Amino acid sequence: MTNSIREIPEAEVIFVIGSNTTEAHPVLALQMKKAVCGRGAKLILADPRRIELAGFAHLHLRQRPGTDIALINTIAHVIIKEGLHDLAFIEERTEGYEEFAALVGEWTPERGKEVTGVPAQEIIEAARLYAKAGNASIFWAMGITQHTTGTDNVKALVNLALLTGHIGRLGAGLNPLRGQNNVQGACDMGGLPNVYPGYQNVTDVAVREKFEKAWGITTADDRPRPNGSPSPAVRRLDTQIGLTITEIVDAILAGEVHALYIMGENPMLSDPNLNHVRQALERVDFLVHQDIFLNETGQFADVVLPAASFAEKWGTFTNTERRVQMVRPALEPPGEARPDWQIITDLANRMGADWSYESAAEIMDEIAAVTPIYGGISHARLERLGGIQWPCPTPDHPGTQYLHESKFSRGRGLFTPVEFEEAEELPDSEYPFILSTGRVLFHWHGGTMSRRSPGLESLAPQAEIEIHPQDAQKLGAQDGQPVRVSSRRGDVVANVLITPRSPTGTVFMTFHYAEAAANLLTPNYVDPVAKIPEYKVSAVKVEIVEEAVSV
Amino acid sequence: MLKADRIVQTTCSYCGVGCQLDLHIREEIIFRVEGRFDNEVNFGQLCVKGRFGYDFVHASDRLRRPLARASRRAEFSPASWDEALDRVANRLKGIRDQYGPRSVAFLTSAKCTNEENYLLQKFARTVIGTNTVDHCARL
Repeated sequence: MTNSIREIPEAEVIFVIGSNTTEAHPVLALQMKKAVCGRGAKLILADPRRIELAGFAHLHLRQRPGTDIALINTIAHVIIKEGLHDLAFIEERTEGYEEFAALVGEWTPERGKEVTGVPAQEIIEAARLYAKAGNASIFWAMGITQHTTGTDNVKALVNLALLTGHIGRLGAGLNPLRGQNNVQGACDMGGLPNVYPGYQNVTDVAVREKFEKAWGITTADDRPRPNGSPSPAVRRLDTQIGLTITEIVDAILAGEVHALYIMGENPMLSDPNLNHVRQALERVDFLVHQDIFLNETGQFADVVLPAASFAEKWGTFTNTERRVQMVRPALEPPGEARPDWQIITDLANRMGADWSYESAAEIMDEIAAVTPIYGGISHARLERLGGIQWPCPTPDHPGTQYLHESKFSRGRGLFTPVEFEEAEELPDSEYPFILSTGRVLFHWHGGTMSRRSPGLESLAPQAEIEIHPQDAQKLGAQDGQPVRVSSRRGDVVANVLITPRSPTGTVFMTFHYAEAAANLLTPNYVDPVAKIPEYKVSAVKVEIVEEAVSV
Repeated sequence: MLKADRIVQTTCSYCGVGCQLDLHIREEIIFRVEGRFDNEVNFGQLCVKGRFGYDFVHASDRLRRPLARASRRAEFSPASWDEALDRVANRLKGIRDQYGPRSVAFLTSAKCTNEENYLLQKFARTVIGTNTVDHCARL
């Protein structure tokens, strides 16, 4: 998020697109409700489904799944056509406007309606509301990013903020809502194949040399060693960008990756096209699974290492508004389980490293030394101040409430003309429905945590498939009846939930249930830049299951 | 009302909002969770998962000992930490030496702490020598 959670009620207009905020980020959604109900803010919701936020929305645009760019470009078209753009901001802070304006010039409301299915008048009204607001902020989540056009979807939203100058102020900005408790931190820490901690590029020679020095890598001898020579210690950091999660799966099947070390993840439930993932996990020569449970992925492992849960260790998580906060132990780990940082340190030392970390606080001190955006963060400071929002470059810096106040990271904000493209897999006569996947309030991700709470489980015990009443009637399906949902990749059985929440032609499932894993259906088509899979649009068919099937 | 033996302030481990909460512990069990008011994140509020979703910490099927097996067809048997970590170290070394550093891949975790994520990517990059470290940010 460029803004902070506490700024949400400061916006006059809140534009939520591709985020089911009340179910996936419920406590943050309370601030949106406060803005609307308590401050008179106007909420524009763009979502194919009639989610709970629709009840708070001034306008609900129900675009056809996968047509976000068409919708956003049309909104931009109207803003320019009606002269509602911020020319001074465009002049002072941005570049690339002319090319962008030329592209959206073609996105008339009529064309927008044709592609998205949203009435032209609603698009015009949304454009006016957003552009005329004193402060407006945009919120999105995986509904924007989990598409083969995910990166372009985000760029289209950035264009909208640059066009109107709704960025870099209290209550005005661009706010991606991060899913997992510490997905922001895992990215910040360089848990990505292209960057070191703090988004420093692995292909930048100066950066690489800085890390080689900081990490004590010997640079004196980098001669290639002949095959069969004794184990070489790492002499230079890898100069090539590594593989992403979906590429790792493919590389295992291609015989290029032979060992996989997994800490606290469950690709056998959360990755797309699970039958493909299963083949890779069976094929890989050596699989280490370090977790608090023996989950679906762990079943394939050679070695399983028991880890401490969040309630049993020291550390920090970084939330969606870039706030680093303390995690503190309340209990002893069960049995011989150990905190992940101790396990990794022990393993590194068995492989010739000389690591001497004695506490998570010490590790944070090293993070601060090599990561400029975390430069002023330490456990001692967090204990004293509570959370600190990065960038926080020095120990006397208070942290940063909102980003891009006077300039962007790259200098000028760049307009990127993005052209609409259809999703990779569209419904056809054999697979006539669009499947979208997501979450419900009562469960979390693969269900490893939430499904072990009897209270939560009793509220949402089984996999359901949301079907519009008209589609259910055509199928002859009754509420609660089991149906088989199939795609080109696999099939699952789930119970019908008849509801107008999903539009006709679109069905919705969650990915919480291992026994009816929606990701057996989803495709591994990915966005070419971010490599994010297209979970929000795939083609499926739905058939009545004649015999009784236990689900 | 039950009295806690101790109350520990921490950060919720479900979604990315990062609600501040108090774990109320009695006889080594989390028996109550309350939202904290002294912050600008959740202002005292919690959702149903944050308030009632922490049974998993005490689940009977938590992993308690390292497990290992000689082959994928065999059942897991308990191993000591020394046995398990030596096995991992030897196999990773062997595979790295035979096929090169890029033949080893790592998935770090959006559920683990910053410190742990930092260490695992440092391990991948300095001990093995590969940039192939990713996590479920895209999923």
